[in-house]
Amino acid sequence: MASISEQFETTGKMRTWSMGLIGVGLLAFIIGFITKGLSSDEQQQAIFWGTLLYNSVFFLLICNASMFFICVTTLAHGGWQVVFRRVPEAISAVVPIFGVIAMFIMFYIVFGLNHGGHNPIYHWVNPEGDKILEKKSGFLNPVFFVVWTILSIGLWSYLGMRMRSLSRESDESPMNLDQSKKWVWKNTVTASLFTVWFGLTVGSTTPWFWLMSIDSHWYSTMFSWYTFASAFVSGIALITIFVIYLKNRGYLEYTNDEHLHDLGKFMFAFSIFWTYLWFSQYMLIWYSNQPEETAYFQPRTNHGVWKGIFYLNLVINFVCPLLILMTKSSKRNYTLMTFMAILILFGHWLDFNQMVMASISRDQVTLSLLDFGIMALYAGMIIFFVGRALAKVPLVAKNNPFLKESIIHHT
Amino acid sequence: MALKRYVVACFDDEEVLFPAVKRVRNAGYKIQDVYTPFPVHGLDHALGMRETSLHTAGFIYGITGTTTALSCMGWIFTQDWPMNIGGKPNFPLPAFIPITFELTVLFSAVGMFYTFCYLCQLAPFVKKHHFHPRATDDLFVMAIECTDRTNVEDLKAFVSNAGAVEVDYQVAESGWWFGRYDKQQDLYAEPHSIGY
Repeated sequence: MASISEQFETTGKMRTWSMGLIGVGLLAFIIGFITKGLSSDEQQQAIFWGTLLYNSVFFLLICNASMFFICVTTLAHGGWQVVFRRVPEAISAVVPIFGVIAMFIMFYIVFGLNHGGHNPIYHWVNPEGDKILEKKSGFLNPVFFVVWTILSIGLWSYLGMRMRSLSRESDESPMNLDQSKKWVWKNTVTASLFTVWFGLTVGSTTPWFWLMSIDSHWYSTMFSWYTFASAFVSGIALITIFVIYLKNRGYLEYTNDEHLHDLGKFMFAFSIFWTYLWFSQYMLIWYSNQPEETAYFQPRTNHGVWKGIFYLNLVINFVCPLLILMTKSSKRNYTLMTFMAILILFGHWLDFNQMVMASISRDQVTLSLLDFGIMALYAGMIIFFVGRALAKVPLVAKNNPFLKESIIHHT
Repeated sequence: MALKRYVVACFDDEEVLFPAVKRVRNAGYKIQDVYTPFPVHGLDHALGMRETSLHTAGFIYGITGTTTALSCMGWIFTQDWPMNIGGKPNFPLPAFIPITFELTVLFSAVGMFYTFCYLCQLAPFVKKHHFHPRATDDLFVMAIECTDRTNVEDLKAFVSNAGAVEVDYQVAESGWWFGRYDKQQDLYAEPHSIGY
């Protein structure tokens, strides 16, 4: 018998909010499509599709980071996350949906946006006559891009689904010691498969293909880690928001300040990690001062028009978490944690915005209502799909062998 | 520092210790400290100790390090001995960040280490009174300070009743002192019995 506190039910308010946000987003999408997407100006089209590209990639990666969070904590034999494990599970259930949307957008950019042998976003699609791109074409070519993208998103979805179904399997009946051991073994193996694949894709190839190849001549060895750090810290922030929401509505009775404190530590630590990578990438390029490398920072620093967003992003994602989340009491404060989670999500969304858009539109800041509209569309979809996934299964995995460890967790 | 009188109660179980701490405190006795073989979560709250300020001290040491690094390098490279290194400005902030970071960490780590030693009264040649050698092995040792109005026999009976497996009365130096254990028997006016 599932009691009220074990089984989440979506509320009317949640549906209203999600539908409202999706409605606003769709309106922005349609207006953007008519004014920019259908424009005869190649640059306007690039801005429209670029906006869709960074939003779809950002929201796909932060939802996928939830499954990565489950898998790494599982591999570390962590027990503390078990009481709210169903929350990141529900978030990761969105990956196949967002994956298909992102795939559609990227494939359209690769195949549908070519203007007479010139692609305004992915220049490498037409490498003819460009020596650097011709040399890179063994890796950066449409076929490999498509195959690898399908494989990445497909395996994230499949292995994530396996993890979720294993978790649901444990609900069926209480397990004895042998069954528990077997279950933990299966869970560990699946988690390691996911982690390896995640490391290979999000830790290297995915950001190369989807984002770094926009500056097709430029490369940075820090870029993938940088993208990963951005996505992971935002993923933790998203989990925190849902945990606090459920807690405020009276669910997740076993989740308490101790678990929130640990989520706060993750947010704090990975904000610092992101800054470390931000700085490493910047300083190496700044110091050696090679023209082909500094090309990336030209529109973003010193005299570039993106300077404001570039540095604002550093303030939001580094200075604020560093100073606000440093103390123990702030990590245990629900209001402050909600505020910080939203701030971090916004900051990293802005980070993705300048990563993609500053390369597409180097001499003009493109931040407009379209960007916020698409963000609202994705926020609405996350609320809708995650709410639906949360309502499907009990909120506490009551037979998980690590449940007791998680309940008595003490930071 | 002064000699103080203690009733020392030893417990062999965490589950007994917590209610005992609560009862002793509620009865109005002053617990100086509880010595445990391993860190016990929540014991500091049960004892009513205030949160440590060590992290505030660490923060202050850290920003001291940041300031030192930046002002030192800034002064050297802009005032004292400006140099042209690869055409970079005389105050190249990104190049200074790693050193600034290192000095921040160094100052806060070393500063916190010495502060911790000072707060715990640890230093070379400094001696502390041990209430019970098995506090590092398998006993939870609670030292209760006696005042002029404390009835020692009552207190002993009270802690035995609360579940202590071993109780004794000690007079000992409460702080730290320089010197040698074997030459300063005056600091052990009544050597405690070791309960093996």
